[in-house]
Amino acid sequence: MDFNYTEEQLALQDTLRRFYARDYAFEQRRALAKSAEGFSRPAWKTFADFGILALPFHEDFGGLNGNAVDTMLVMEMLGRGLALEPYVPTVALCGGLIRDAGNTAQKEALLPAIAGGELMLALAHFEPGARYEVDRVATTATASGSGWQLDGTKAVVLGAPSADKLIVSARDGKGLSLFLIDAKAPGVTLRAYPTQDGARAADIRLSKVAVGADALIGTAGGALPVIERAIDYANAALCAEAVGIMSALNEVTLEYLKTRKQFGVPIGKFQALQHRMADMVIATEQARSMATLAAVRVDSTDAVERSRSVAAAKAYVTQSARLVGQQAVQLHGGMGVVDELNVAHYFKRLTMIGLTFGDADYHLGKFSDTLLAA
Amino acid sequence: MDLNFTAAEQSFREEVRNFLRAKLPADISRKVLGGKRLEKDDFVRWQQILHAQGWGATGWPVAFGGTGWNAVQQHIFDEECADAGAPLQLPFGLKMVAPVIMAFGNPAQQQRFLPRIIDGSDWWCQGYSEPGSGSDLASLKTRAVRVNSPEGDHYVVTGQKTWNTLGQYADWIFCLVRTSTEGRQQEGISFLLIDMKSPGIEVRPIIMLDGEHEINEVWFEDVRVPVQNLIGEENKGWTYAKFLLGHERTGIAGVGRSKRELKKLKDIAKKETANGRPLIEDQRFRDRIAQVELELMALEITNLRVISAEGEKKRAPGPEASILKIKGSEIQQMLTELQMQTLGHYALPWIDDALDADWAGDAMMEAYADHAAPLSGRYFNVRKTTIYGGSNEIQKNIISQMILGL
Repeated sequence: MDFNYTEEQLALQDTLRRFYARDYAFEQRRALAKSAEGFSRPAWKTFADFGILALPFHEDFGGLNGNAVDTMLVMEMLGRGLALEPYVPTVALCGGLIRDAGNTAQKEALLPAIAGGELMLALAHFEPGARYEVDRVATTATASGSGWQLDGTKAVVLGAPSADKLIVSARDGKGLSLFLIDAKAPGVTLRAYPTQDGARAADIRLSKVAVGADALIGTAGGALPVIERAIDYANAALCAEAVGIMSALNEVTLEYLKTRKQFGVPIGKFQALQHRMADMVIATEQARSMATLAAVRVDSTDAVERSRSVAAAKAYVTQSARLVGQQAVQLHGGMGVVDELNVAHYFKRLTMIGLTFGDADYHLGKFSDTLLAA
Repeated sequence: MDLNFTAAEQSFREEVRNFLRAKLPADISRKVLGGKRLEKDDFVRWQQILHAQGWGATGWPVAFGGTGWNAVQQHIFDEECADAGAPLQLPFGLKMVAPVIMAFGNPAQQQRFLPRIIDGSDWWCQGYSEPGSGSDLASLKTRAVRVNSPEGDHYVVTGQKTWNTLGQYADWIFCLVRTSTEGRQQEGISFLLIDMKSPGIEVRPIIMLDGEHEINEVWFEDVRVPVQNLIGEENKGWTYAKFLLGHERTGIAGVGRSKRELKKLKDIAKKETANGRPLIEDQRFRDRIAQVELELMALEITNLRVISAEGEKKRAPGPEASILKIKGSEIQQMLTELQMQTLGHYALPWIDDALDADWAGDAMMEAYADHAAPLSGRYFNVRKTTIYGGSNEIQKNIISQMILGL
């Protein structure tokens, strides 16, 4: 057993930490969130230079052969920095899908472009009314000539407004399939909007979208296990992001307890608040353990073990994040609910992580169901 | 012991319902029930309608134009108003400064200010907290120096107030100011009424985490305030302030509003789906709704017990009000959190236009129902409820000290 990061990993962590301190301070981030695109293209280029866009891909396709623990450490830093860039949609979700299911031609065409920061992607999978159920897809793929025609509606597609290409899930006679389409293809309509945490997403309508045979990623009708794996991978990444935010929130809250004076003393002198802060630190350490478990297990070839571990981690981390987020706001008093401090923004991002790709109840239920099988 | 409403109380409820059906403007109730933005005019219009009915101030004695209703009647009124989607009657004039003016103001002040509060002419806001004085309010530093002058004796006020709710609309602000730095902090505070149009006052917006402008900083630079606007005696303001905080805590249980929001939560949970079935059929989620409902059932009765006891003793609410504030705020937070949770991924979009009353919906987002837009923002916004009005930590101090003697 070894809980240490390698020197390489620590160096990457340090690089990202310095980047966020120097080039992505809170005020810059606030301005970016309000800008038209909602994130920084230069930051994306910098990500490419750092190699983090290449991290989870094989070296044959311009990748760095990284594992999910590498992704964990990146996500933790992106969490701390309150990154607005669509890293999870492009690298974790779509990059993961192409890596796992794409053919050689697709990998050669797409993965180096992602790694180089030239290509952004979004996964158009979840649908209105489907809540968090991964297999509830009504979008259809109808055979047409040598290819298909896609029709349907996709909900809250993260990163879609800036995506060059979309990976769309659709149902044909056999099951779920994945298709790579141009985001501006005829028949694709986006309704873009900001999200509560300052990022961007869109609802998407697909109307008679014609795709060729080469658009299919993986086998026709066989996409469900691939999508499940990608969502697990994204959830493990979100757990790590949440842990990064929780650690940052604990730091700013501790600082506030030490400096904010009322009744002639720093408020951190009050035992009620000391114990609250201690609870937040305990919750964060426990959450970190679960995020680590998820990162290690998400690369497992045993799908049952992988899914079970990620569900456990996402449920637990979300519960912990709720406690830490709410209490960080409470301990900051009025300063916790204003737009001009990072506390509220960390809190909002934590809340939205908890509602993305399954909330705490969904994942608790998923984990709980595995008890019956045991 | 009888938990049923009497026949007289039932018929009173009917009377209130009939009034609301006839007089509550539909455009206003649609906004309230739909979680849309309210304008200043919505609050003012509703106050004027209530006043025309003789119900402008349900908590005031008849002598000042109030209804003279007992606690149970007020409770019924609050509950029916909330259920019908009436806007909250903002507490700053009616429930905060007015009781202070009645108890400690002179007849001239009572005649000058109270009629304009009850008929909606004057919008009041609160000048209590300062950047360095929140929970430790008595440490406040905004100075008021008395100047005797042939044009009229006055105070000159300098300092900064914060967490001022809706002061951007206000005609008047009631302020705690420091008139002495000798002796205990509490003994150098006075209670001043200040015209917001006075030269030297600047209102600076504070944007909250939900993106809305609901609170402000108010800066005072050499603001002249006639001595006639001092309430009671100089340096006795802390006594009046504590009296006022006791009044603020009673309405804060918000039972009526929370009952309405619980109903809304159940409605949404019937519309949203999980596993192809209405979300309310999901037992894990339904249990969460049930748990909040238990809390609210208990609070409703606790609230009635506390206000009935006050009615009998004819006194301002005591430290028990802290229980109402703590539980009331926690329940509000739980309800908004569950409402947000019903939406799944649709909790994420932030569609600002959708909070406007005339938002026509979006054909591209049919599944993003009209009810969805305000819910996440509400959850973020009501984090304030455990912070304001004396944070819940301060309320627990009050319970520990005043009830338990610890």
